[in-house]
Amino acid sequence: MTKAHPWMANSVPSIQQEMLSALGLNSVDSLFSQIPEDHLYAKPFNLPPQLASEVALSRHLDDLMRKNVTCKDSLSFLGAGAWPHYVPAICDEVANRYEWQTSVFGSPTSDHGRNQAWFEFCSQIGTLVEMDFVGLPVYSWGCAIGHSVRMASRMTGRRKVLVTEVMDPERLSVLRNYCEPREMARHIEIVEVAIGADGCIDQNDLKSKLDDSVAALYFETPSYHGVIEGAPGTLCDLARTAGAEVIVGVDPLSLGLLEAPGAYGATIAVGPTQPMGVHMNAGGGVGGFIASPDEERYASEYNTLNISIGETIKEGEYGFGLTLFHQSSYGSREEGKDWTGNSVYLWALANAAYMAAMGPEGFAEIGRLIMARSRHAAKAIDGLAGCSVDLSRPFFKEFVVTFEGEKVADVNDALRKRGIFGGKDISGEPGADGQCMLVCVTEAHTEGDIARLVSALKEVLA
Amino acid sequence: MTAPIANRTKAQFTGFQAPRWAEPVVMEMGCPGRRGVVFDDAPAPDLPKGAIRKTAPALPELTEHDALRHYLHLSQMTLGMMGVSLFGTCTMKYNPRIGERAALEHLADLHPLQHPDTLQGVLELYDNFSDFLCEVSGMDQFVFQAGGGADAAYTHACVTRAYHASRGELEQRDQIITTIQTHPCSPATANTAGFEVITLSLEEGGYPSVEQLKSVIGPRTAALMVNNPDDMGIYNPDIKEWVRLVHEAGGLCFYDHANFNGVMTRLRARELGFDACMYMLHKTFGAPKGGGGPAVGAYGCAEHLVPFLPSPLVVKDGDRYTLDDDRPQSIGRVREFWGNAPQVLKAYAWARAMGAEGLRTAADISVLANNYMDKRLSEVKGVSRSNPDVTAPRMEMTRHSVEQVTKDTGCTIVDISNRMTDFGIDALWLSHEPWLVAEPFTPEAGELWSREDIDYWIDVMEHVIHEAYETPEVVKTAPHNAPIHQIKGADMADPAQWATTWRAYTRKHAKRLAAE
Amino acid sequence: MTSIGFLVNPYAGIGGPTARKGSDDPALAAQARSDGMRLTAPLRAVRAMTALVQMYPSVDILTGPGGLGQDIAPAASILPINALSHSASDTSALVAGMQGKVSLILFCGGDGTARDVAAANVSGVPILGIPAGVKMHSGVFARSPERAGQAAAAFLKDPDQPVELVEILDIDEAERRSGRLSAQLFSVARSPVARGVRQNPKAGGGDLLAETDAALAEYVRRMEHGCLYILGPGTTMGALKDRLGGGTLLGVDLARDGAIVDRDLSEEQLLMALADGAKARIVLTVVGGQGFILGRGNQQISGRLINRVGIDRIDVICASDKLNALNPQELTVDTGDVALDARLAGYWQVTTGPGRRQVVRVVH
Repeated sequence: MTKAHPWMANSVPSIQQEMLSALGLNSVDSLFSQIPEDHLYAKPFNLPPQLASEVALSRHLDDLMRKNVTCKDSLSFLGAGAWPHYVPAICDEVANRYEWQTSVFGSPTSDHGRNQAWFEFCSQIGTLVEMDFVGLPVYSWGCAIGHSVRMASRMTGRRKVLVTEVMDPERLSVLRNYCEPREMARHIEIVEVAIGADGCIDQNDLKSKLDDSVAALYFETPSYHGVIEGAPGTLCDLARTAGAEVIVGVDPLSLGLLEAPGAYGATIAVGPTQPMGVHMNAGGGVGGFIASPDEERYASEYNTLNISIGETIKEGEYGFGLTLFHQSSYGSREEGKDWTGNSVYLWALANAAYMAAMGPEGFAEIGRLIMARSRHAAKAIDGLAGCSVDLSRPFFKEFVVTFEGEKVADVNDALRKRGIFGGKDISGEPGADGQCMLVCVTEAHTEGDIARLVSALKEVLA
Repeated sequence: MTAPIANRTKAQFTGFQAPRWAEPVVMEMGCPGRRGVVFDDAPAPDLPKGAIRKTAPALPELTEHDALRHYLHLSQMTLGMMGVSLFGTCTMKYNPRIGERAALEHLADLHPLQHPDTLQGVLELYDNFSDFLCEVSGMDQFVFQAGGGADAAYTHACVTRAYHASRGELEQRDQIITTIQTHPCSPATANTAGFEVITLSLEEGGYPSVEQLKSVIGPRTAALMVNNPDDMGIYNPDIKEWVRLVHEAGGLCFYDHANFNGVMTRLRARELGFDACMYMLHKTFGAPKGGGGPAVGAYGCAEHLVPFLPSPLVVKDGDRYTLDDDRPQSIGRVREFWGNAPQVLKAYAWARAMGAEGLRTAADISVLANNYMDKRLSEVKGVSRSNPDVTAPRMEMTRHSVEQVTKDTGCTIVDISNRMTDFGIDALWLSHEPWLVAEPFTPEAGELWSREDIDYWIDVMEHVIHEAYETPEVVKTAPHNAPIHQIKGADMADPAQWATTWRAYTRKHAKRLAAE
Repeated sequence: MTSIGFLVNPYAGIGGPTARKGSDDPALAAQARSDGMRLTAPLRAVRAMTALVQMYPSVDILTGPGGLGQDIAPAASILPINALSHSASDTSALVAGMQGKVSLILFCGGDGTARDVAAANVSGVPILGIPAGVKMHSGVFARSPERAGQAAAAFLKDPDQPVELVEILDIDEAERRSGRLSAQLFSVARSPVARGVRQNPKAGGGDLLAETDAALAEYVRRMEHGCLYILGPGTTMGALKDRLGGGTLLGVDLARDGAIVDRDLSEEQLLMALADGAKARIVLTVVGGQGFILGRGNQQISGRLINRVGIDRIDVICASDKLNALNPQELTVDTGDVALDARLAGYWQVTTGPGRRQVVRVVH
C-alpha cells in the first residue's frame, strides 16, 4: 500500500518498520508461523476495487441505494412487525452519539451513563406494562416470545405452549425454531387455540386445551390483525388456574389507552420496541422486551442481561450494574438458560429517550390519534364497493380489508403504480378468509394520506 | 524497551476527568403537565371495558429539551472509544461515519415487506456483500438474518438440525462438540437448540489433542463448533485433521470466525474443510457495537447447506433481485425479516473502503501490533503471558495475567482495569468464563489504534501496576476520575434489594426513600 | 461482627521434608521442638496475614497465645487457653473459644488441622485454610497464603459474601502406616466462595450452582429402571442423594428406581448388594481439591467393585468451575490396583450441566 489508509493509523510504512525493528524482525510474515503452510490460501482475491476515498465510496453507496423506493418516496400502509411511526428527532440524535455507538462492555463506572440509560429503558417499560422486573431487550418480539416460552417451560417443567391460530407468521416461525423439532428430546409442542368470529380467542376452545401439560398461554392484544382482546383478564385467569404461565404480547404504543398486562394477571409481558423511536430500517429496527414480576423464579430464568440500580462505595451515590444470579438453586430445573449475546441495546437508548419525552399524556394522545386515524381509514375503505372491513371489531392501528373480487397482489401492484404501498397481503394465512390485506395506519398518516389511499383503491376496484 | 512517550501523553496522564453530571434517574425528573412530544387531539375511542387502562403509566413529564439534555449527559458519561479501547475479542475498529449517514439517509424508511421491485438497492447490497464474504471465506452463500454472533451460532445449530433431519438422522445425532476456548455462545446456543454439548479441554500445546477429539466423535456427532485462533492467540494446527475426522463421522463443521482479524486473506474456512462459518459485522467489518447491538452475525455456508438457510433468501434473477421465501427445507426465521440492514450497509462500506489489499494490511498490522504489545508487556513487572511454553508469535491477541501483581499487592485485574479507566483507557477485556488463566486480561490492538495509542495504553498499565506496589489503596478504590465511584455489587445480587426497574426500587427501598 | 479468628498449627508441614506423609504424630512435634527445627507454617501464616492486613488494615483479630497466633499478629486479642499441649487439643480449644465471637476462622495448617478445626467448630462458622501442611486434599484451602489472606479480607469486608460447602478430608493414619494412601472424607464445612467482582456480561450463564442442580435433576430423570446406582461421597453427590430421598454426605449409598435403598456401605456390603448379578452404575464426583475421582474419600468403591460393575459404567458429575480450577486439567484415580488404574486412564466425559459434558483426561 503506497498511501496510508484513513482508518489504519499504523499503515504508515515507517511506523510498521519501527514496530518490526522493536521485535527484531524485517517482515511480518514470520509472525504467522503458527499457521501450517498447507492452511494458507495462496490465490489472489477476486474482490471489487478498493474505495478508500470517502467521496468515491459515498457516491457508490448513494448510487446503489437510490435503486430503492422508500416509504417516504411512496405512501405506505405496511405494518405487520415493522411500523411506520414517527421518530422524534431527538431519538436519532441520542442513538447516533459516538460514545454510545462505540461502547462495548466497559464497566459500570466508566460507562455509567449508558448503564443508567439502560436502567431507564427497563424502568419505563416496567411502568408501561406494570411489572417490576424488565430485562434488557432481545433481538425482536418473536425472539422475546421464544425466550419467554422457554422460560415458562423451564419454570413449569411442561412442554406445551398454546398460541392463537391467528399469529404473525414471522413471529410464529421464530417461535417454532425456539421450540425445537419433534425429533429432539426437549421439543416444546405448539398448539393453536381457535379465534372466534369477533377476532378474539375462543374461550371454549381455550378451556378444552388448558390442562396440566400446558407451560404457557401466549396471546397478543392488539392481535396480529389489530383486534383488541375484550377480556384479557379472563384469559389470564383461565390459564393460571391450569398452572400455566400467561405471556401477553402488547404494542407499547397502545398502553396509554389499553390496560397494562401486569394489571390483569399476565405473568410475562413481551412486545416490540421498534415503535418507540426507531426507524423501520428495512426490518433492521426490530427489537423485543420481556417483563415479569420481580420474583426469583422469574428473574432467575431470564436469558437477557439485567441491569440493577445499586449503591457505590460513596455514601448516597448510585450506580447501575448487572444483577448476578450466582449460587441460586432451583429445584425443578433440568435445563440451562438460553444464550446471552449482543442484542439491540443501542435501540434501547432511543427507546428510553422516546418514552421519557412522550410521558403519560404523550402515550394517551398517540393512542387516541392512532385509533381515530385507523378507524377513519377503515370506515372509508369499508364504504368502497368491492372490499370490506369488519367494523364491529375494536382494533388498534391495523385492520383487515377483505376483497371480494380482486386479488390483493393485483391491488397492491396497481396501488404501487400510483405511489402507494398497500397493506401486507395476508391471503391464505389462518384467519384470512379469501383475499385479505392487513392495513396499518398510524399517527404518521394524515387525513390527506388516508383520502389518497381511499381514492386510489376506489380507482383500482372500479 | 520503553518507547518514548509523546508530549501529549503527559497531559493525558494527569489531564483526564470523565464528565460528572448529577443526573437523577429520569423517573424522578420533570413535573406534572410538562410535555416533550405532543400530537393532534383525537376523541377518546370506544374500548371494551375489560381493556381500558385504569392508571396512567408513571412516566416522567419533561420538555423535549430536558429529555434530550438528560440523554446527552448520559452519553457523555460513557467512555466508549473516546479514549483508548483495546478491548480484546471484540476487535475495536473505527465505525466510519459515512456508513451511519448512508444508513440513516437510505434505509431508515424502508419496510421489509415492500415489493422487491422497490427494494432493488438493498437487495443488491445483500447480494454484493454475500459475494464479497464468499470470496473471503470460500463459502457459497451468506445470510444476514442473525442479530449477532451468538444468533449466527444459533442459526448454525438450527441448520444442523435441519440438515440431519433431512437425512433422517436427527434423533441419532444429538451431540455438538466444542472446545473450552470456543466462545460460550457456541455451547449455549447448541444447548438451546436441543443438542447435548461436549466440551474438549486444553492440553499441552494450548489446544485439545486429536486423540481427545477422537475419543468423543461417533454416530451421535451432529457438528463441531470451534473458533481458531482462540482468545489466547493460539492457532490449532490440527484443525484440518479435526474437520476431516468429524466429516468422517458424519458431522458438520462450523468455524466461528470471531477472531478473523489476524487471518484475513491468509486462510479461507472452506479450504480448511469447514461447511459453514460466521463473521461478526459489528467487529471485524467495522459496524458499530452500540454497547451490544444491533449487530449482525453473517452466516455463510457451502452449497450443501444452502437449502436449509433461513428465509427469505436474496436471489438474483437476471438483473433483478427478489426475496425467495418458498424454500421447503429452510429453517424459516431465527428473527423476523431479513436482518439488520443498516449494519450490513455499514459493513459493506467498510469492506469496500478496505478492498483486498486493505484487508491484508489490516491483518498484518493487527498481528504486528499484538506482538509489539506482547514484547512491551513482557517487560512490565508482574505481567505474564498465558501458555508460556508456546513460544511462537501469537495472532491478533494474547491473554496475559497479573497474577504476580495480585499475589504481591492484593490488587486484582479488576482493580487495575478500574484504575486504568482513570486515565481514559476503556475497561479491559479480561477473559471469557472459565478463567483458565488467573487474573487475566486480553488486549487486542487491531488496525485502528496508532502505535502512540498502544504505547500510551501500556504506559498506563505500567503506571497502575507501579501504583499497585506503591499505593495499593489508590488502585483498589479506583476509579477516582470516573462519573461515579466503584459499585458495591452485593445489593445487585440480592433478590431483596436488586431492582431492574424504578418500580421495583421504590417498592423495595420505600423506607429509605421516605427517610430521604 | 467483623472479627476474625486466626490460628496457626506451628508444626504443620514438618513431616514433609522427612518424607513422612503428615505431621499428625505428636512425637514429631516434640522432636521438632527439641531439634530447634525451622518451622515453615508460621512463615506461611505471616504471608497470609500480610495480605489480609494490606487489604483490610482495621481488621479485628482473635487468636491464641505465642506460636498459635500471637507471635504473628501481635496486635490481636488473645484467647487464653489452658496449658499449651503442642497438639491437636490446642486447635480444638481455640476453635471452641472462638465460637460466637468471630465471623470467619482463618487457620494455617494441613488436612489434619482442617479436620480438627471442623470438628470443634460446632456452630458452623465459615472456615478458610492457609495451605501449610503436607497433605491438603480438603477443599477448604486457598491456593496460596496470599490468596487466603485476600479471600479472608474480602469476606470480612462484605458479610453478604456467599459461602459454599467444602469437603474436609484427611488421610487415614492407620491405613497409611500399612502403606496405603487412604483419604477419608471426614466432614464438610462452610467456606467463603472465592470470586472476583466480575461484572462480566460476556460470561453468560454463570449460575454454576443452578447448572449443577439442573444436571442432577436431569441425571435423576434419566436413571435406568431396575439398575443399582452406587453413589459416592461429597457435596455434589449429597445433592444428588437429596433428590433420591436423602442419603449420606460422607458415605457410599445405594439407590434403585429413584430412591436411596441403603446408606453408608462398606466395600463388602456393596459387593454383597451386587451378588445377585444386578446391573449397576457408579456415580462419582471430584472429591476435595486435588482432582481425585477414585481413591480419596471413597475407597469403598474398590477395584474389585469397579471390575464387577464395569469400567464403562462410571459416571462423573462435577461443576465446571471445579474442573477448570484444576491445574493441570487432569483427574486422578488411585484405586490401589495399578492395572485397573491403567485401564481407567484416558479421556472421560464429566457431566457439568444439563446437556453438557466436558472431556477431561484421567491419569493415574
